[in-house]
Amino acid sequence: MARFLARRVLVMVALLFVISLVTFLLFIVALPNGNPAAQIAGRLATPSEVHLISLRYGFDKPIWVQYVKTMGNIFDGTAYSYQSGFNVDQEILAGLPATASLAVGAGFIWLMTSILVGTLAAIRAGRYTDRVLTVLSMIGVSMPPFFFGAILIYYAGYKAGIIPLGGYVPWSQGLGQWIWHLLAPWLTLSILFIGIYSRVLRSTILDVINEDFVRTARAKGLSERQVLTRHILRCSLIPVISLFGLDFAQVIGGGAILTESVYNLHGVGYLAYQAIGRLDTVTLLSIVMLTALAVVVMGAITEIIYAFLDPRVRLQ
Amino acid sequence: MTMPRAEALTEPVELDLDELAVGAGPYKLAWRRLRRNRVALAFGGLFFLILLLCLLAPVYSNDIAHIGPDATPYTFKIGNKVEYVISITGIPIGPTWHLGPYFLGADGNNRDVAVRLLYGGRNSLEIGAVATLLTMILATICGLLAGYFRGFTDGIISRTLDVIWAYPAILLGITLSTVLNIHGLGPLHSTTLLSTAFVVGFVYIPYVAKPIRAQVLTLREREFVDAARQQGLSHVRIMMSEILPNLASTIIVFIPLILANAILTEAALTFLGAGVQAPNPSWGTMISDGINAIPAAFHNVLIPGIMLVLAVLSINVFGDGLRDALDPRSKIRVGKEQQ
Repeated sequence: MARFLARRVLVMVALLFVISLVTFLLFIVALPNGNPAAQIAGRLATPSEVHLISLRYGFDKPIWVQYVKTMGNIFDGTAYSYQSGFNVDQEILAGLPATASLAVGAGFIWLMTSILVGTLAAIRAGRYTDRVLTVLSMIGVSMPPFFFGAILIYYAGYKAGIIPLGGYVPWSQGLGQWIWHLLAPWLTLSILFIGIYSRVLRSTILDVINEDFVRTARAKGLSERQVLTRHILRCSLIPVISLFGLDFAQVIGGGAILTESVYNLHGVGYLAYQAIGRLDTVTLLSIVMLTALAVVVMGAITEIIYAFLDPRVRLQ
Repeated sequence: MTMPRAEALTEPVELDLDELAVGAGPYKLAWRRLRRNRVALAFGGLFFLILLLCLLAPVYSNDIAHIGPDATPYTFKIGNKVEYVISITGIPIGPTWHLGPYFLGADGNNRDVAVRLLYGGRNSLEIGAVATLLTMILATICGLLAGYFRGFTDGIISRTLDVIWAYPAILLGITLSTVLNIHGLGPLHSTTLLSTAFVVGFVYIPYVAKPIRAQVLTLREREFVDAARQQGLSHVRIMMSEILPNLASTIIVFIPLILANAILTEAALTFLGAGVQAPNPSWGTMISDGINAIPAAFHNVLIPGIMLVLAVLSINVFGDGLRDALDPRSKIRVGKEQQ
């Protein structure tokens, strides 16, 4: 188990390295003259000024030296954005509460709802309930978050005044305000995942229901409810949990760009969106590192939950 | 994943005499199963209706609305009454429900929403189609090569796909589009729809290539491949004429899934400013323009949004039915795409 985990983490770290390198190279190619000096110097700078800046920041060094230096700065917290001038790690830390609030609330809603919907659809497979739930989850999968967000903001926010028109209020300013501001973003982000997860769960349950151990459980005289919760569901949750680990990690790492920008939540995703717009290599690299870190950590947690849910994993 | 015919025998469904008819091939059986799925067929029909409407955009523009997609008049006539396109207070006119100009109202730039909806749909569907084609071709080639040759080739292809996979799809999409929009790469630059199609298509390659590779890995151990090898057929020949036909049902099942996601991704990239660039209309540009002017004229968000959701929903439901018909046990689905 520990070796398996270590290997997983090692692979992720290698991936992380390649991803950071690709991002770095992509932006080097995108920048004018291949260095950000021209951007820092501004519109009216003379070539000699650009050259001076390029010397001071080390843009004249080989690309790999620049890469190592940038990555080093990101990890010891001394990386500054060339475009905004802010400390990148502090900017990410400032965005993290909003993103984490979004991820935790939405994650709870989408996991619980999809377990409920998926199980209901599976035990009523082929019947009316199943069909209705299937159509609903299809709509969820087909609904772009920015469109759903716009509808909520207009009808529930602007017309009815039930929800605010966006923005984030930290928990410290009152739990009620916090929930009130996050309700619509949670719902918007959840709807897509409920669509995907409930269908995954439904088909897994339908597979598991025919397994020998389920028949054995019934033969032992367990009630249908016990068979469902302690045997079928426990085993069927594994694919859902592995999906959840990855998706949750990506939301924490700024993956909810669409939801964050439609609700004006100034989180990590919003920061990533702005960073790309101004070709801010340093900020984007830091965010990509955060995503990768979140994926590694969630991956490890997921493995532990697997072992808890499925005795066969524990025995290996 | 085996061929549908074998599935029909192992699945505990009620035996249908039609299905056991002598000589009915796997695709014929799949078609029979699809034909019985009324919901999937209805949504398939809806998609073709949307497609047809969008293809007829110039006809609607010239003969019914009498206004082009980029025309910005200040006034227009309903019957004999002259109306302002944008009121004195700056609010674009809503749907008139009167066949002619501004049937579905105007946008913030005096343009006809209905005409742009159809032209924009053409662009959205075109980008989706080109992106899907690109994804399917490249993913099939990658999956075939990796699964067939295994070892070193597989290592290189699979690790490259892993990198694309690990990068959040939307983030990779915006990064690539931004780079392409600034510098351009041959025919791919900011003024064409092709660069958006390329980016969208590129992002989804691993989602298709990985399952295809897994399937090739099992197919290459089968007797008929051994037989072909013993006959001295070349690698290319074995891949093309022995393995590829057996991948057909997987590939067909993936097409609607990728198409639906490509259309959604185009809209998402455009919403973030990294997709289709003005003045080209697309459902994504129309929604994002509308969102920027929310309180004044919500029909600018609602109309293209509903059209987008209807198109994607119809592809998804039809694709679901197609998957059930072709490959009832398959686990194919496209997961994490956008948040």
